Amino acid sequence: MALLEVKNLSISFGGLRAVDNFNLKIEKGELYGLIGPNGAGKTTVFNLLTGVYKPDEGFVKLDGKDITGHKTVEINKDGIARTFQNIRLFKQLSVLDNVKAGLHNHHAYSTLTGIFRLPKYWKTEKEMNERAMEILKVFGLDVHADKLASNLPYGPQRKLEIARAMATEPKLLLLDEPAAGMNPNETQELMDTIQFVREHFDMTILLIEHDMKLVSGICERLTVLNFGQVLTEGATSEVLNDPEVIKAYLGDE
Amino acid sequence: MSFLSYLINGISLGSVYAIIALGYTMVYGIAKMLNFAHGDVIMIGAYVVFTAMTGFQVNPVLAVIIAMVICTVLGIVIERVAYKPLRNASSNLAVLITAIGVSYLLQNIALLVFGADTKSFSSVVQLPSLVLGGGALTIQATTIVTIVANIVIMIALTLFVNRTKPGQAMQAVSEDRGAAELMGINVNGTIALTFAIGSALAAIAGALLCSAYSTLTPYTGAMPGIKAFVAAVFGGIGSIPGAMIGGLLLGVIENLSRAYISSEIADAIVFAVLIVVLLVKPAGLFGKNVQEKV
Amino acid sequence: MKRRMSKATVSSLSNYGLIIAIFIIVQICSAAGVLTNQIEGLLIPVCIYVIAAISLNLVVGISGELSLGHAGFMCVGAFSSALFSRLMEDALPTGPRFFIAIVIGALVAAFFGFLIGIPVLRLRGDYLAIVTLAFGEIIKNLLNIVYLGRDENGLHLARNAGGLQMSAEGDTIIKGAQGISGTPRDSSFLVGIILILVTLFIVQNIINSRTGRAIMAIRDNRIAAESIGINVTKYKLLAFTVSAALAGVAGALYSHNLSSLTVSRFDYNMSILILVYVVLGGIGSIKGSIIATVILYVLPEMLRFLQDYRMLIYAIVLIAMMLFNWSPASIAWRERIKEKFKRNKTKGVS
Repeated sequence: MALLEVKNLSISFGGLRAVDNFNLKIEKGELYGLIGPNGAGKTTVFNLLTGVYKPDEGFVKLDGKDITGHKTVEINKDGIARTFQNIRLFKQLSVLDNVKAGLHNHHAYSTLTGIFRLPKYWKTEKEMNERAMEILKVFGLDVHADKLASNLPYGPQRKLEIARAMATEPKLLLLDEPAAGMNPNETQELMDTIQFVREHFDMTILLIEHDMKLVSGICERLTVLNFGQVLTEGATSEVLNDPEVIKAYLGDE
Repeated sequence: MSFLSYLINGISLGSVYAIIALGYTMVYGIAKMLNFAHGDVIMIGAYVVFTAMTGFQVNPVLAVIIAMVICTVLGIVIERVAYKPLRNASSNLAVLITAIGVSYLLQNIALLVFGADTKSFSSVVQLPSLVLGGGALTIQATTIVTIVANIVIMIALTLFVNRTKPGQAMQAVSEDRGAAELMGINVNGTIALTFAIGSALAAIAGALLCSAYSTLTPYTGAMPGIKAFVAAVFGGIGSIPGAMIGGLLLGVIENLSRAYISSEIADAIVFAVLIVVLLVKPAGLFGKNVQEKV
Repeated sequence: MKRRMSKATVSSLSNYGLIIAIFIIVQICSAAGVLTNQIEGLLIPVCIYVIAAISLNLVVGISGELSLGHAGFMCVGAFSSALFSRLMEDALPTGPRFFIAIVIGALVAAFFGFLIGIPVLRLRGDYLAIVTLAFGEIIKNLLNIVYLGRDENGLHLARNAGGLQMSAEGDTIIKGAQGISGTPRDSSFLVGIILILVTLFIVQNIINSRTGRAIMAIRDNRIAAESIGINVTKYKLLAFTVSAALAGVAGALYSHNLSSLTVSRFDYNMSILILVYVVLGGIGSIKGSIIATVILYVLPEMLRFLQDYRMLIYAIVLIAMMLFNWSPASIAWRERIKEKFKRNKTKGVS
């Protein structure tokens, strides 16, 4: 059974069908790419998958469970975590606290336990610190743990966002243009990180990306979106050589 | 007939709120700040009119014009000195607190210059009342002039904003300040112009408000200022027709509550209606509900 | 790891220390007889406003929502606790009675905070500000027409004095706009200090816990917080309710410091005053709230000799401080000065 199964997903904004009959199947452990020209509806698909928007039609199944129309918070608990195209960190929190916020639902204690500093508070906070440092280490961010998130350079900020998403222990990780704004060296490093995350955490990843080097370098399968509709899908090398896809990107010549 | 008279008085009070609300709504739309001192500019305007009329025996119309000039200058100076340096501050609370400081400042200047005692304000409208139905309904001339003034201001302002270059510049700045600047619009000038217009209107509102209530103290402007802001929010902040409708509704609700329910809780009713409106329409009656883009 | 945990702890502990130090200094001065009556009279009000400012900071600084209705919650706490004390005046000894009164003040204010928070927290920014202000005014307005009396037949509630219909021996407790009278004056500086410490304990321990992290995460980025499974409504509401409860505590201290109390004291100007303390002290800084409240509350009182110019000067100082603290130009200027000093210093060393 596929980890993620999306069928006939559609949404309209004021008469415009932003996503039209979108289908997607991702097997567990796959590294899957969602590509397409600007305005094709890629981020809208992410927003539909994570409950930011409710679809007009269609359904989303994660690990066999129907999560269509669930709220964002629920969907995260169901097992989808994401990053954002325009980085959304908790800027005034430390790098460590950003990750600890991600641990919110997995290392829980009540507000009263927190106020009265009951034994469970100390125990859980200790676990959280250890776990958060572990995750930061994976991303090479442990040296920055004390810094404010807003004081990190751009590249590490992107990584921190992935680290925070991973802290929620998802089954599926969605990355929205992780390489946007990065130079070739940083992109290469990011590719290595994504590969590492995938192996280290045995993670299934769906990513949106414009950087074709990254897409062809790490994605196994691709879906191409154009004007809200699936143009084609398949193995990366085949899709990238599809004349229809090239036409969508470069226009008619 | 008494209902009609309450209604008309409510419309008149609402007209004053609407004129004040315009100042709030325009400033909020463009500078994205809650100008807490706006109510006190009204009070200063009223004192200028009062002083000109009783101290120097100036003709009421001229007195209002003098007040408009002084308030315009005051508004521009306040913006330049107290608000402009904070326009790019890291928190928009900074300019809010500064506006509160300006409000205290204006109140205390008035207190020092004019004293704490209540001045009895004679109406700027020295015309006979309108008597209808053989004495069954008497409408004060002030009431009529207030309503007419509101309509005239509203039409003029709408034309100004939609038909003139500076007006369109105001719209552009309120839509997207950065983009407007790139298009070569003088943002500082436009914001100053907005404060100037808002303050000039405040002077008119002050004269009309005090004419209706015939009293004036350094704190006269505070509560109407708050209520006018409520009216602006009510109608959808940033919207000129919104300010008009919001002001009128507020005035009518307040006056009818005062008459038929209880004068003590009329304000509570006004505020409760605001809350209900915002819960149903979080951006007010005419406001645009902007959703954050993910 | 140890060092990092201690950073937050040190900051919290230093705040407790600050309060205890203030208490000790005041006690010494009091014993030495150097405190004027005027200052003695300010001690409890300062405690009240410190509690109010710390609790407001939980909403404004930590939760990032602008509330202008804090005085409304103080008002509810003040009246409910005073009413309890008034009714139980003969039934309970002072200590337990005052303790229960404070708890009641906190609970009633929390109840209102919760009730108001549910709809209000859906709104954003300045809309939320104006609605909280409206709620404060509504509470004030409604309390203004409450008349409550007691006689041998029990309690009487009415909308005006005549409506109470009490027997000759009846005792009117709440008289509409004239407020509540005959409240036992149980507040003391020591109780005020203890309540500040309790407030600090609650607020600081929330901030430095999972709950506080969730609240601040929502403040910094609501959408991201949702995406990692943080329930936005729950935590916003929690911050708002706790803040209201603590405002209720401040209110209880307020009403038990005066034998009679009118509703009109709790108008939006009071909410604004507290907001000024929070902002000038540094949004989100608990220590800043404490220091700013002490200075800004005591300062105008110390300036009384200036008479009519007092509030004028206060206003000018307020504007000047805001410009100095917040304007980007002034911040840049201060940075340059700092750089200069640093360079001079290194020069001196070499």
